[in-house]
Amino acid sequence: MSVPLLEVRELSRRFGGLLAVDQVSFAVQPGEIFGLIGPNGAGKTTLFNLISGVTPPSGGAVLWRGAPITGQPPHRLNRLGLARTFQNLRLFEDLSVLENVLVALQRRPRSSAAGGLLNSAGHRRAERQRLQAAWQLLEELGLTALAERQAGTLAYGDRRRLEMARALATDPSLLLLDEPAAGLNPAEKDQLCQLIAALRQSHQLTVMIIEHHVPLLMRLCDRMAVLDFGVRIALGTPEDVRRDPQVIEAYLGTGSGAGSGSGGGSGSGSGCSAS
Amino acid sequence: MIDNGLLVQMLLGALLGLSVYLPLAAGQLSLATPAFYAVGGTLAALLSTRWSALGATADGGFPVPSLLLEMALGGLLAGLLALLVGRLVLRLQGIYLAISTIALVEIVRVAILNLPFTGGAVGIFAIPQPFATAAGYLLPALALLALAGWLCQRLELMPLGRAMAAIRNDELAARCMGIDTTRVKLIAFVLSAVLAGSTGALAAHFLNTWNARQGSFDASITTLAFVILGGSRTWLGPVVGGLLLTALPELLRPVGDARLVLFGLVILLGPVLAPQGLITPALLERLGGWGLRSAAGRDAEGAQP
Ligand SMILES: Nc1ncnc2c1ncn2[C@@H]1O[C@H](COP(=O)(O)OP(=O)(O)O)[C@@H](O)[C@H]1O
Ligand SMILES: [Mg+2]
Repeated sequence: MSVPLLEVRELSRRFGGLLAVDQVSFAVQPGEIFGLIGPNGAGKTTLFNLISGVTPPSGGAVLWRGAPITGQPPHRLNRLGLARTFQNLRLFEDLSVLENVLVALQRRPRSSAAGGLLNSAGHRRAERQRLQAAWQLLEELGLTALAERQAGTLAYGDRRRLEMARALATDPSLLLLDEPAAGLNPAEKDQLCQLIAALRQSHQLTVMIIEHHVPLLMRLCDRMAVLDFGVRIALGTPEDVRRDPQVIEAYLGTGSGAGSGSGGGSGSGSGCSAS
Repeated sequence: MIDNGLLVQMLLGALLGLSVYLPLAAGQLSLATPAFYAVGGTLAALLSTRWSALGATADGGFPVPSLLLEMALGGLLAGLLALLVGRLVLRLQGIYLAISTIALVEIVRVAILNLPFTGGAVGIFAIPQPFATAAGYLLPALALLALAGWLCQRLELMPLGRAMAAIRNDELAARCMGIDTTRVKLIAFVLSAVLAGSTGALAAHFLNTWNARQGSFDASITTLAFVILGGSRTWLGPVVGGLLLTALPELLRPVGDARLVLFGLVILLGPVLAPQGLITPALLERLGGWGLRSAAGRDAEGAQP
């Protein structure tokens, strides 16, 4: 197998007496869509925070293309090619939709401050390129009509897509999506699923996705890991995971909302498939 | 009622308002502006009274190029101080940053008060005058304000200014979008200091005397009031706030002692009646669309495929 794009090794995070992430290990291969599921409080978001540099780990290591990146600040990790969205939406609410994307396009291309102040030809060219890239992303995510709207005034689904557009604007190799379908209705969920699959193609992405809606994940993911109380209790293809007795007991079999959908993956025929 | 002397003071107020605005545009509540103002003013007072090479004449005159040099040096020294201090204090957030910058103002004030060559409590007298009348100071003050306004306007149309706005909105999200927030905040802090330092150098000549009281905690609050009353969302807000609030106590002079009460009421009621400040992006848009958003929007429309 090739060098994994991302690998976590015995990664742990303690909050006081609570082990939110407990010696978790797995590797994400280039190009795959990797799902992360687990009950509320299982440590999924914390794991994303550890990977993206937002929270320092208490132990273990994160590797990027085989090289250790543990403890690097978020902006460095982003520049390496790692972008994320936030479960609890963190848009730049005062700024317009377009500006939200432009902020993330800072470095594509880079331009000097002096050029910016003097409005040099180089700066104007760079700005044109940024604007073009921004409009293209808005188009791809269906936000063109909302470009001038203040981000804080958007509807929920639009915000979720703007979070993705903004993350994509940093030109990532790996996109971490934290519950991108939360709060969406079934039709929107289905659209999102197709969108993610399409974005993977068009942006040559590797995707890690946290999602509670198990049928969606089963269709979308190449592989997935299951967390429970911070521990990785399963890892493998959706089929493997679905049959895993530990998973059935800890998560899918609990009769929670997510569990009820565990067998319904094949039924909804959205045309949104992972392969 | 508004004479040239007051006009110059108003312009100085607008400049200090912009100095408070710059870090605030990056979400950083710094009250350090008077410290940097004091550094610039003290430097100019010392240089012009002690360094004969600058060309102070026996009758109290002073060459204009030397004034400009002092403004540059005042900005430079304040900027260097900000570079040193900023690395430390900008780790703090919100109210903690505000308090630590007030501490900086106090440290600088006490230092200037006690240095052996700054004239103690009485300060430095007979600072030479590049201009015979107050009207002469209008031009350099206006020029500095125009430069600062131009800087703020350009910032809004370039990555640095967008990064500042992003940090103001959500610092963590900005970091995750690849923005080196430590660096951006430091740049905003240094720009603020440079502006205050240059303003101080100009003010020292204009005021003719300079002492440690010029940069006090009171001034921290007054300059913050400029921004709060004028509005912190566009750079025109602090300019208007600085102009108005500097003029107000003088204009109210006829009402006698009640003027300080009235002044206090304006500062109190301003935020109540106009929580966003007098000048908001929405207002600018209505006034003819020369605010940030419409400018960005026009460019953007041009580039839409
Ligand atoms: N900053 C924090 N401080 C203290 N406890 C935290 C913090 N962040 C998360 N936790 C705790 O860690 C556990 C895992 O949380 P989280 O990663 O958000 O779970 P999930 O995303 O899987 O729902 C929870 O018990 C949560 O309360
Ligand atoms: Mg979560």
